[in-house]
Amino acid sequence: VRRFARAALGLAVAAGAIAVVLVLPHWLSDARAAEFALAGCFFIAIVGLNLLTGYTGQISLGHGALMAIGAYTTAILTADHGFRDLWTIPLAGLVAMAAGFLLGLPALRLTGLYLALATFALAVAMPALLKKFSGLTGGSHGINLFDDALSRTTGALGSVHVLGARVATNDFLFYLTWGIGLALAGVAWLLVRGRLGRGFRALRDSEVAAASFGVNPALYKTLAFSISGFYAGVAGSLFVLVSNWFVNPQSFAFDKSLLLVVGAVVGGLGSLAGLAAGAVFIEFVPTWAGKLSDAPGAPSVFFGAAIVLLMIVLPGGLGAVLQRVARPLTRALRVRSE
Amino acid sequence: VLLGADWAGVAQQVVAGLSSGGTYATLAVALVLIYRATGVVNFAQGEMAMLSTFFAWTLTQHGLTYWEAFAIAVAVSFAGGIVVERTVIRPVERASVLTVAILTLGLFFLCNGAAFWIWSPEVKAMPSAFSTRPLHVAGVAISVADLGTIGVSLLAVLLLWGFFRFTKLGLAMRAAALNSASSRLVGIRVGWTIALGWGLAAALGAVAGLMAAPPLGSFDQNFMQPVLLYAFAGAVLGGIDSALGAVVGSLLLGVFLNLAGTYVSWVGTDLRQPAALAVILAVLLFRPSGLFGSATVRRV
Repeated sequence: VRRFARAALGLAVAAGAIAVVLVLPHWLSDARAAEFALAGCFFIAIVGLNLLTGYTGQISLGHGALMAIGAYTTAILTADHGFRDLWTIPLAGLVAMAAGFLLGLPALRLTGLYLALATFALAVAMPALLKKFSGLTGGSHGINLFDDALSRTTGALGSVHVLGARVATNDFLFYLTWGIGLALAGVAWLLVRGRLGRGFRALRDSEVAAASFGVNPALYKTLAFSISGFYAGVAGSLFVLVSNWFVNPQSFAFDKSLLLVVGAVVGGLGSLAGLAAGAVFIEFVPTWAGKLSDAPGAPSVFFGAAIVLLMIVLPGGLGAVLQRVARPLTRALRVRSE
Repeated sequence: VLLGADWAGVAQQVVAGLSSGGTYATLAVALVLIYRATGVVNFAQGEMAMLSTFFAWTLTQHGLTYWEAFAIAVAVSFAGGIVVERTVIRPVERASVLTVAILTLGLFFLCNGAAFWIWSPEVKAMPSAFSTRPLHVAGVAISVADLGTIGVSLLAVLLLWGFFRFTKLGLAMRAAALNSASSRLVGIRVGWTIALGWGLAAALGAVAGLMAAPPLGSFDQNFMQPVLLYAFAGAVLGGIDSALGAVVGSLLLGVFLNLAGTYVSWVGTDLRQPAALAVILAVLLFRPSGLFGSATVRRV
């Protein structure tokens, strides 16, 4: 019965989340909807990062680079190969998945900070590499789909027709990113509850013990990196659409990778609602901080202070608070069901 | 053909590499110091050093000489490091390593923004610390500033080594880092040894910043970010829990960066960073705990 109650609670949370996503654009201005769509991209990447760092215990400071690979896959396929932008989203995920697999290979030898540096190396190298292979990537100018492939972009002219209804572009992008985000979050939720998730957690807690129980560390680690890469790739692909069909190396400087880790930890590695809060944090807090003062450097001061204070007050992240708030509810449910 | 190579040029590049490597080494030792005491990499180490450098720059603008400003900045940074530990790190001493690491990342943004706020974004110039005349050794012109930087960096690291090796306080700090529970039992105030570690790290950082700024000619608030990256890379190359490893790793990295950037045309200046990191990665794949790091042994 308890299992049934938990499933019912899970369904209720999922239904609530879908309802929020459906209704929210009606209350948001057009510009705000675009900002939330960007937060949706971060949400997807952070959910992937959480699978890797939160569940498998492997640190990655290179997820911004995986996002870049997804973003450039979408941009190149749409601009040069006649693909329609929406169809490149899963392909971007698959290409970044392959990159995630490769990024996972050092993890078979390295742990902790050594792995952090190895993945950070990719984040630092990515802008320089994108500039170096300019034939493919357009160099430091990047790729502008609005100029190069307007006919194959969706909604670049102001609105999109979905099932006969006309939806403003930014609302459409909001539904697109958060719809994909919720679906992928659901997939992640199912994954970590099965055999795979148990393997991941066993590896995180003790690699030797996990191996002695038949969990193949090499297989599970590379799987975690690959799946996480897929999420980052989809996030990167959507990032191109949301940032006005434009991408350049500067969009994926190493600070993007650090920002994703900040979002994951601020959100609290573990709960999906917390991760959504983390995504909103890294998208909106810098913007809000910028509105507090015009002085140079002031936004960074406020953003940094927000992170420091949050970590001191809530070492477990925003997710831990949400769980504490929800606990009376889940307890009541459990008591009644027994 | 090989003998016909420009050996004087190579020698100059090696000395210049050792000079920047010495700067990285100083900051790398600061990173190792905090890592050994708390298990955390301080992402804000470079920006704290940047603040120290800007503070010293302000002093020179008020008529102090470089070395007077240097001494004051190092002392103030030592106190500042202790204050930072007591105010923001101490409250999270029981939190997970990742939480503390993200907190230091927050400090990174905070320090960087504060410096832009206090000292406007225009670039600054630091008076040079050493004579600009070159020294001629066996036909090779070697910059005195490079030699001075190497000397100061090594002196700072040696002083620290002496402190840990020969003083009772240093012994207490080593004990606290090794086994905090037992250290408490014998009466060491572990919390304060960590604060002292942050102070020493901040002082070392000030030395690194003040050595890194003058050769740049002009510097802005972001000038320590590459230095932090190389210091981190050097420390990891040497083995993150070994101070000797951090010094050797950073010096090797400094020399490699200069030689590869100058003599491998495909690398040039654009791909210097990626090339250096790729080489470090290759080394780590053969020695996963760095050159001098101790292999981790875990109980199951």
